[in-house]
Amino acid sequence: MSFIEFVSKNYNEILKSLVRHIELVGISILIGILISIPLGIFLTRHKRVAGPVLALAGTIQTIPGLVMLGFALVLIGIGMLPAIIVLTLYAILPILRNTYTGITEVDKSYTEASRGIGMTNMQTLFKVEIPIALPTIITGIRLSTVYIVSWATLAGLIGAGGLGDLIWTGLSTYNTKYILAGAVPSAILAFILNGLIGLLERILTPRGLRRSRI
Amino acid sequence: MIKFQNVSKCYGHTAILKNISFDIKQGEFVVLIGPSGCGKTTTLKTINRLIEPDNGKIFIDGKDITKANPVELRRTIGYVIQQIGLFPNMTVEQNISIVPKLLKYPKQKCQEIVQDLLALVDMPYEENAHKYPTELSGGQQQRIGVLRALAASPPIILMDEPFGALDPITRDSLQEEIKRIQKKLKKTIVFVTHDMDEALRLADTIIFMNNGKIVQMASPEEMLQNPADSIIKSFLGKHMDNGNGVPKLFAEDFMKTKVFKVPRTSRTLECIKLMSSKDVNSLVVLNDDDTYLGTVSIEDIKALGKPGKEIAELVTNDVITVSRKEGAQIAFDKLLSSKSNYVIVLNDNQTVAGLITRTSMAKALGEALWGEVL
Ligand SMILES: Nc1ncnc2c1ncn2[C@@H]1O[C@H](COP(=O)(O)OP(=O)(O)OP(=O)(O)O)[C@@H](O)[C@H]1O
Ligand SMILES: [Mg+2]
Repeated sequence: MSFIEFVSKNYNEILKSLVRHIELVGISILIGILISIPLGIFLTRHKRVAGPVLALAGTIQTIPGLVMLGFALVLIGIGMLPAIIVLTLYAILPILRNTYTGITEVDKSYTEASRGIGMTNMQTLFKVEIPIALPTIITGIRLSTVYIVSWATLAGLIGAGGLGDLIWTGLSTYNTKYILAGAVPSAILAFILNGLIGLLERILTPRGLRRSRI
Repeated sequence: MIKFQNVSKCYGHTAILKNISFDIKQGEFVVLIGPSGCGKTTTLKTINRLIEPDNGKIFIDGKDITKANPVELRRTIGYVIQQIGLFPNMTVEQNISIVPKLLKYPKQKCQEIVQDLLALVDMPYEENAHKYPTELSGGQQQRIGVLRALAASPPIILMDEPFGALDPITRDSLQEEIKRIQKKLKKTIVFVTHDMDEALRLADTIIFMNNGKIVQMASPEEMLQNPADSIIKSFLGKHMDNGNGVPKLFAEDFMKTKVFKVPRTSRTLECIKLMSSKDVNSLVVLNDDDTYLGTVSIEDIKALGKPGKEIAELVTNDVITVSRKEGAQIAFDKLLSSKSNYVIVLNDNQTVAGLITRTSMAKALGEALWGEVL
């Protein structure tokens, strides 16, 4: 049985896993964004806590995914919820760090001008700092997304489903077609999402801020 | 208009401003100058409350500025900085109209403001309004920086070394423009620089600071003639005659301000009457807006004029003109090499300031040699 035949035969199962995978990635990135961007902005206003918080987020990042999933399994059980919690934790750092550095690195002349001409702190944030930092922030989201697409394959281990399910099934039964059926779509997914978010970044970057890219 | 009353500021134990007091009048162009770190920027920023003094009070139009909301205060004071600080994510139009928008002016009005202001600096709207700052030259960017400060018609504009990063030619033309705009729109400007040339060119009043104190506050002429301190002399540098205490002199220092002027629409007969009653043989002719048009001599009128003719037709332009800030020596050279007996001294706005005759030149030279001659 060729790989193509395998795919057409297990089409539904693969599609279901893919959809679940996208759900896992989408939800955790979304929650990650909702946490990291406000937190990152908060840290730029409270630089003294920024160091410790970024260090903590960095430490979380270094804990191996399997260990984290193990904790989640013990503490919360199986299913989508623990998987999403773990993935969200991983999604936070790149977005948080890029939000923080993106805004911190906005040239002082812009913020000084905005204050000097009478913008409130909020206006400075929304009209000047965030728009200028936006490309950096979106880059953080892109990094997180690519990263979470691959981490999400581990979620299958704690019964959250997704493309990881196929891979683990394949690994435990020595069935390379299962492995490929999980690995290939997740690679393509990462590739496509990377491209889409990159495109979004370009669209959202005002002409005045576009630099030639490497 | 702006009043400083014993204003002090410390950072830690270092006193940056030490008991500063001064008054700035409505419509005055005041230049703050002094060595680096003397507190010019700090002084400037206390005016729009980017920095709060530790002691003393600042009043604008008699009102203590600490009583105002700082954000609202800043919207009524234009602010231009050396780094320009145009928002890179906004177009020229968006940058200029930002304060009017903060003040919730209607859209239509914002656009009119942008159009009027761009016209003021000769940057056509169609060509420039939709560009981003990175698409402009440095000089154009700072022009827009100035326009952004002007947009909501604030009566006061603060400028911190606005032209410091520009090349000399661009700087020259921006200095001219800002002076013209200031006169036209009657703004009160507080301008920081460390360039004495710039200060002399622009200022009605120069405030010289050193070490957080005001060393001298005077008009450019006064400062040139009586610098209060050796540090001011060193700043005046090339404007002083090699340190021998003789200040550099300008055309305006020698001119006679009593000039007989007539509008271009005057008739030949009136002119002849005026000349004979004042015992002069030529008159200065002005355009309708009082700018200099040319001169007319009695010979010309006699030779070519018909009674009742408009004088404008007989005006000639062979008398040389100099600007009032032209060095005296250059003005003299021009006078000596000219056929006529005098040169006309013009203000920056092309109105007539006075004239230098061969007699007034001789008198000036005499004074330089023998002191006051009568
Ligand atoms: N936030 C700050 N904390 C401590 N010291 C400061 C601070 N801001 C300015 N200073 C010091 O105050 C002094 C005056 O600064 P200011 O910026 O007013 O100088 P300046 O006259 O504008 O100088 P320059 O010509 O270099 O711009 C300087 O010695 C500077 O180091
Ligand atoms: Mg300064």
